[in-house]
Amino acid sequence: MNTSHFFVTGDPMIYGADVSIVLVTIAIIFYLSYFKKWGWLWREWITTVDHKRIGIMYLLASLLMLFRGGVDAILMRLQLAVPNSHFLASEHYNEIFTTHGTIMILFMAMPFMFALFNMVVPLQIGARDVAYPFLNAVSFWLFFIGAMLFNISFVIGGSASAGWLSYPPLSESQFSPGPGQNFWIWGIQISGIGSLATGINFIVTILKMRTPSMRLRDMPLFTWSVLSSSIAILGAFPILTVSLVMLTIDRLFGGHFFTMDGGGNPMMWVNLIWMWGHPEVYIVVLPAFGVFSEVVANFSKKRIFGYGSMVFSMIAISVVSYFTWVHHFFTMGAGADVNIVFAICTMIIAIPTGVKIFNWIFTMYRGRITVTQPLLWFYAFVPTFLVGGATGVMLAAAPADYQYHNSYFLIAHFHQVLIGGVVFGYLAGLYYWWPKLFGFKLNERLGKWAFWLWQIGFYVCFMPQYALGFMGMTRRIYTYNATMGWDMGWAPLNFISTVGAFLMGIGFIFQAWQIIYSIKHGERDVTGDAWDGRTLEWSIPSPPPVYNFAILPDVKGRDSWWYQKQEMKNGTYQEQPVKYEPIHMPKNSGIPFIMSGFWFVAGFGFTFEWMWMGVVGLIGVVLTLFARSFQYDTDYYISVEEIERTEKALAQKRYASVQRTAN
Amino acid sequence: MQHSIGAHVSDHDHGHVDHEGLKVLGFWIFLVTDCLLFATLFATYAVLHSHTNGGFTGKDFDVPGFIIETFVLLISSFTSGLAVLQMHKGNKKGLIGWLVITLLLGATFVGMEIHEFASMAAEGATLSKSAFLTSFFTLVGTHGLHVTFGIFWMIGLIFQVSRKGITSVTTRKISIISLYWHFLDAVWIFIFTVVYLMGVM
Ligand code: HEM
Ligand SMILES: [Cu+2]
Repeated sequence: MNTSHFFVTGDPMIYGADVSIVLVTIAIIFYLSYFKKWGWLWREWITTVDHKRIGIMYLLASLLMLFRGGVDAILMRLQLAVPNSHFLASEHYNEIFTTHGTIMILFMAMPFMFALFNMVVPLQIGARDVAYPFLNAVSFWLFFIGAMLFNISFVIGGSASAGWLSYPPLSESQFSPGPGQNFWIWGIQISGIGSLATGINFIVTILKMRTPSMRLRDMPLFTWSVLSSSIAILGAFPILTVSLVMLTIDRLFGGHFFTMDGGGNPMMWVNLIWMWGHPEVYIVVLPAFGVFSEVVANFSKKRIFGYGSMVFSMIAISVVSYFTWVHHFFTMGAGADVNIVFAICTMIIAIPTGVKIFNWIFTMYRGRITVTQPLLWFYAFVPTFLVGGATGVMLAAAPADYQYHNSYFLIAHFHQVLIGGVVFGYLAGLYYWWPKLFGFKLNERLGKWAFWLWQIGFYVCFMPQYALGFMGMTRRIYTYNATMGWDMGWAPLNFISTVGAFLMGIGFIFQAWQIIYSIKHGERDVTGDAWDGRTLEWSIPSPPPVYNFAILPDVKGRDSWWYQKQEMKNGTYQEQPVKYEPIHMPKNSGIPFIMSGFWFVAGFGFTFEWMWMGVVGLIGVVLTLFARSFQYDTDYYISVEEIERTEKALAQKRYASVQRTAN
Repeated sequence: MQHSIGAHVSDHDHGHVDHEGLKVLGFWIFLVTDCLLFATLFATYAVLHSHTNGGFTGKDFDVPGFIIETFVLLISSFTSGLAVLQMHKGNKKGLIGWLVITLLLGATFVGMEIHEFASMAAEGATLSKSAFLTSFFTLVGTHGLHVTFGIFWMIGLIFQVSRKGITSVTTRKISIISLYWHFLDAVWIFIFTVVYLMGVM
């Protein structure tokens, strides 16, 4: 391979990207060197095993990816705004929708979700860390490296263009030769292994690391949603891993799993990938449901209505989501009997989801409601998800799906549930828990601007697409001619849709501004309990000390912190003497980062089909595993004196600012 | 801060979790995912086993070869059990001895498998010949890779045991690898039945 193929050439936009990547890299290196921050970066972040810091890194990465995926979306909408557009060439359009879909699901939604897992779960269950802090760091770095590998395809080697689920035979080497498709495979393979490990980590964390007095039925609903999502990860991600290995074998070693010749069967991929893919959409939406349960209860000042049915419906969703995958290809020709089974299973999922929506509404009924940013996003979620769910049931009607399949109706549907459910849910969670992690609230006024831009933009962008679907516009087309555009009426609707996409883009810019602005001017919270919360995470300072809880909390049922505050108010609370004990903590480690570096080498090698490099990378991975196995000195104790010092300082800080506000 | 958290009931062990037990539990859950990984490979094999593209079929497997392989692996599973027994008796030498025997048997198994694959390839039955062979080599090869990884892992643990002796940490590590080894044995029983026996029948 010569360099003219190695670097992507010929497109001014990509040259622009090359230049900006180089400039940003130089700027970062300069900043870190000038302010002597390399050591800080290594000690405090790269080697950290603290779930709070890992959560923050996930959050940063996912917001960056939301930006990248969003730019892709805007480019696509620009291309489609008018008929016969020459803004993007057809191949470039293919690359962009593939990248957009892959990034949004795997490198935006997943890490955003893991950010919330990490930022919240240990604090909600009164734990000092996750079950396997080292593995947690490994998961993060695998995700990060996978995302980077996928992203560099933009400037090196060329991007994948076979769609976000890369159906064969198109994704086989015969039709998609070269590194682009391999980037897709290895990017999500590496990060997928990390996701699987996170699933295991949080199942064990929730089952085993709860403060001893917390029973399962005392757990906050967000924690329950993480448990059900993690169980779904456990079932789904091994299938993804294997499917990707099989596609690799086809592409690199001439295998015949999914080829048209040699007895291969492309539809087998379609089945396998959706056996992962459908549960995957529930994996990402369940935690959003969990966020809403916390937000609604908190801002209604009531305990959640129908706790048991909430738990049951989440578990039911994660189980039934395994029996719906065929609804993505009713048109395959499996026959009416098969289609009917999957159609019914799909429709059944609407029931537990509906139950949850009713429960949230009943929780608000007669509550003392304060409308804050997190609650606003819940208000937006309800109608949006309702319509998205209803169009989902339309798609689930197998005979009718022959009309909707692969049309813009589908595009509108899944964006409605993914944006209305997943993105709105995670943003609600971000606004809600931000003060916990950072000690200040995000500015309300800028947030409202962002909120309304997102809302209006969303409906302006996606409602016309339902109509376009009915008018015969199929997904993944890069342009349409003037006859379609003007005589058949596609052009005005497409133009409106593009306007909506820009409004959402501006909404995102407001959010970026909101975060930067609030770092300086945001309302500081010194109580640790910014929203007068109900669950344990609000009982400790914000941001929490490394060990979270100086003393493991004693829980007396659900919403324990809320009832404790009641008791404290009316004077019935019995204060117990505090007695600290040394706290056992994991040591930082550079191995997760180094191991991921080797994964990068391996992934890069296999992407360019340089086997030697791939093998070197894998050997490196195994060696780092060995290095870890030989490490015995992996933990330390925080002494009682140090805990006392920290707690005293925290208490003083709070006291001082209470004084300041009192004056 | 102090008063914001309820008192600490100190009849449990300072809330310190049993880290070794936790790791064993995590490994069990990992095995569930590994099971699903093999289940997916078995399912593909089931779909593709008749897609032989006019070449090598299940009837052509080397019968004495795979039967000996099976015995070697079964015995190694037994010897890994003996190693654990010695560990619980606190006998470090016995533990190491049985581990060495286990890994030698494992290596024999892998060697025989490589030989089987090589002779098939020499007959023209390569991975790229047919969908059946692709799925065969992938399923059986994945198991073989697991065994190979286990061998290196076991070598690492032998060093650790000889250096550190039988401690709570090494006990946990040995328990985990023996769990892994038995698991691979169980998977092999399925391969033996579904791939080889049903193939030659
Ligand atoms: C922020 C506003 C967004 C806009 C304006 C947008 C726009 C688009 C457009 C124009 C397409 C291509 C349609 C086609 O030509 O077939 C697309 C595809 C897709 N989008 Fe989005 N999108 C947005 C957000 C999201 C989010 C948040 C997710 C997931 C969490 C997502 C997931 C996908 C997927 C999976 C595809 C399919 C890609 C493929 O066909 O392979 N999008 N989107
Ligand atoms: Cu689905």
